[in-house]
Amino acid sequence: MREDRPPPTPSRGGAYSPPPPDQVLENVLEHVLQFLTFRRDRNAAALVCRSWHRAEALTRLELFIGNCYAVAPRRAMERFRRATAVTIKGKPRFADFNLMPPDWGANFTPWVTFMAQCYRALEKLCLKRMFVTDEDLELLASFPSFRELVLICCDGFGTSGLAVVASKCRKLRVLDLIEDEVTDDEIDWISCFPEGETCLESLIFDCVECPIYFEALERLVARSPSLKKLKLNRYVSIVQLYRLMIRAPQLTHLGTGSFSPSEIVAQGDQEPDYSSAFDACRSLVCLSGFREIVPDYLPAIYPVCANLTSLNFSYANISAEQLRSVIRYCHKLQIFWVLDTVCDAGLQAVAATCKDLRELRVFPIDAREDSEAPVSDVGLLAISEGCRKLQSILYFCQRMTNAAVIAMSENCPELVVFRLCIMGRHLPDHVTREPMDEGFGAIVKNCKKLTRLATSGLLTDRAFSYIGQYGKLVRTLSVAFAGDSDTGLKYVLEGCPRLQKLEIRDSPFGDSALRTGLHRYYNMRFLWMSSCRLTRRGCKEIAQQMPHLVVEMINGEEEEVKDDYVDTLYMYRSLDGPRADAPSFVTIL
Amino acid sequence: MEGCSKLLDLIPKDREWLLRRDKQRSHGCSEEKNLELRLGPPGGGGDEDIGSGEREDSMLSLGYFSNNNTCGAKRGFKDTVGLPAMAKESSQPCCNKVVDPSEKKKAFSPASADTAVLNSSQKKTAPASVVGWPPIRSFRKNLASSSSFKQALESQNAVPSKVSGEKPVESCQKGFFVKINMDGVPIGRKVDLAAYDSYEKLSIAVDELFRDLLAAQRDTSAGVIQNKQKGERAITGLLDGNGEYTLVYEDNEGDRVLVGDVPWHMFVSTVKRLRVLKSSELHSLCLESKQEKIPLHADYK
Repeated sequence: MREDRPPPTPSRGGAYSPPPPDQVLENVLEHVLQFLTFRRDRNAAALVCRSWHRAEALTRLELFIGNCYAVAPRRAMERFRRATAVTIKGKPRFADFNLMPPDWGANFTPWVTFMAQCYRALEKLCLKRMFVTDEDLELLASFPSFRELVLICCDGFGTSGLAVVASKCRKLRVLDLIEDEVTDDEIDWISCFPEGETCLESLIFDCVECPIYFEALERLVARSPSLKKLKLNRYVSIVQLYRLMIRAPQLTHLGTGSFSPSEIVAQGDQEPDYSSAFDACRSLVCLSGFREIVPDYLPAIYPVCANLTSLNFSYANISAEQLRSVIRYCHKLQIFWVLDTVCDAGLQAVAATCKDLRELRVFPIDAREDSEAPVSDVGLLAISEGCRKLQSILYFCQRMTNAAVIAMSENCPELVVFRLCIMGRHLPDHVTREPMDEGFGAIVKNCKKLTRLATSGLLTDRAFSYIGQYGKLVRTLSVAFAGDSDTGLKYVLEGCPRLQKLEIRDSPFGDSALRTGLHRYYNMRFLWMSSCRLTRRGCKEIAQQMPHLVVEMINGEEEEVKDDYVDTLYMYRSLDGPRADAPSFVTIL
Repeated sequence: MEGCSKLLDLIPKDREWLLRRDKQRSHGCSEEKNLELRLGPPGGGGDEDIGSGEREDSMLSLGYFSNNNTCGAKRGFKDTVGLPAMAKESSQPCCNKVVDPSEKKKAFSPASADTAVLNSSQKKTAPASVVGWPPIRSFRKNLASSSSFKQALESQNAVPSKVSGEKPVESCQKGFFVKINMDGVPIGRKVDLAAYDSYEKLSIAVDELFRDLLAAQRDTSAGVIQNKQKGERAITGLLDGNGEYTLVYEDNEGDRVLVGDVPWHMFVSTVKRLRVLKSSELHSLCLESKQEKIPLHADYK
């Protein structure tokens, strides 16, 4: 990194002399560049010339590291010395589904250690799929201006780390724990927030599977007047929820916790008027939780439905009828997550009311490949007809037809994310018995804004020819149990000009296909291929031809690879060579 | 499109066609007369190919066309709070299917066909279920019985082995809470039946659950709950009819049954909720202990 910026010209002999023209230009540039916020714009600006590169580096406040192993902490932080907000992503997404052994890496420690020297003014941190220890959190908590911590799909820490953050970060405004694995160290971390008014704006801990001391939480909420987002874990009962809500009617985002009574049910006791608590929350726009819902309590949320833009029922085992009773009021809904227990009929009700829907996720209550999913092509078709503004969909089902997918491609031209998961492997169109090629082909053809695609069902190489040919903006592609031969992968690697993230599992793609991507691996964030037909030799070839590519072979078990086939290939570009913290089951070629 | 047509060949369009193809591939012409015999009603004969063909068909229809049971399960769930019994019901047919899902896969790659493609991609996925598929994060699994959530999470945290495949976590076995109410005690409790394996243990647990509550109820003069030394009597004889109270349960059909009559595992699979009733009230219904069901009375709580 060439950081040899000429020192500012000292004034001579007391008289004021204007800075040299170069310097003026750089000052102006810095002032102008600070208005650039989009990463892509900043990256483009940095490529103009050396002085622009310098100026941009000094004015970048938000540092985004898409792959923690693509660059060493030192290099990143020395270039962007003034960043106050950092986002780092670690493990690849397939690690979420146990496809990667634990202890693979993505350790936050080397980053925070360097931050402790270079980034003491750090204010915001967002980590995704990183391994974060309690000690790391303790170190973070010592940064004097630190105020925002967002951890998504992370693990490695426990409630003791949270306790330190709570007690030492005096300026903490945001503590968002989203889908993390938090160990229960039996510490009442909620009580560790200091006494007196807090500046908390967001407290999200619905993923924390540890009981909390409710009275401490109640007091905390009572002394947090700025609190806008509160998402409780399932250890908070509906009665406790009530008590919190009446103390925080200013909430805009609420995660309701269990939404059921606690174990000790006093039969004859008067229950609070839950619906009045909801009624008092005039600003509520985002509702989630319902972890152990007793549907009888659903009507309590009616008063807020008309204002909701986001509703997450993905833990709520409710029927079509129960959903209908709620959704009919939700005219403004844009984001909706739900369980497939609502059946196609429930989705039809959504389609009838939620004309503004942008994002839909339908999760299976029984996530096994031979379960009987109650949603099907019927539900998908209904959604496509009712929700024309749809941008993002994740849909788990067992029965799907090309016709429904084609209809969605035609009815919803705004689609940016299309993720269809037909849970049974290799399942064809359940009506015509044909592969799902035409359906996915229509999606890439008709949805011109598509950037993310996940495929499923029976797919031949033809599907991939469509994707390669028409997927002009596709950045992320997920493939599982699909394709016939190397040709399929070749179509994708030779097409899809914007491809960044490619994750493939259990598909018959081999070394020859891998070779066809040589011209583009430096421009991709990563390639993941597990249980395909790659050999060690094939992967080694790639590693030899591309020195800046880190080619990791990950073995599921620590035994000799039997037939030279690679279990898992994970490869990514890196500016700083292979990582030093690879565990024994990872071989870097 | 070679690969495509091969795949289509495997997908049975109707039973007859499948049988004929199977026949042609695996047997010679001399088997013609066997074929004729088999084109009759289903279920006949010991010919394995035919049998498997029929099974494949029926497996297909089970998988794709049958009415789902989950609607029934929802009805049950609505009735009782956090009660996994109904979920168990719905999971039972699922459990059965889990037993041999490889049968279903035969529909797409029968032994007689030569599709290198499918064989290779399924090479490592022969076991019943595959690691990480469907792609759902572990905390979203087992939602059918929400009270088993924590236990399911803990089991998922164990290191999965790719060779053996991720075993489907059966919600029927983890953490099974049923409500239990006692005559004269307004506060109900919940018991985790998965924690016990016999009626004796359950009886002891019930005693421990309600002993102090009962004592508190009896002691009307003191406003404070007595400590354990005073006023507490063990609740005994729950199972043999000799005690002051008797343990009774409601099963999945809504009937009330004396606890202890059926084998433990059968009890666990049908129980919906438990009640501890005054034995004196039971006698007024003229009960015999063996397998007799108490009809629901309106004036019964």
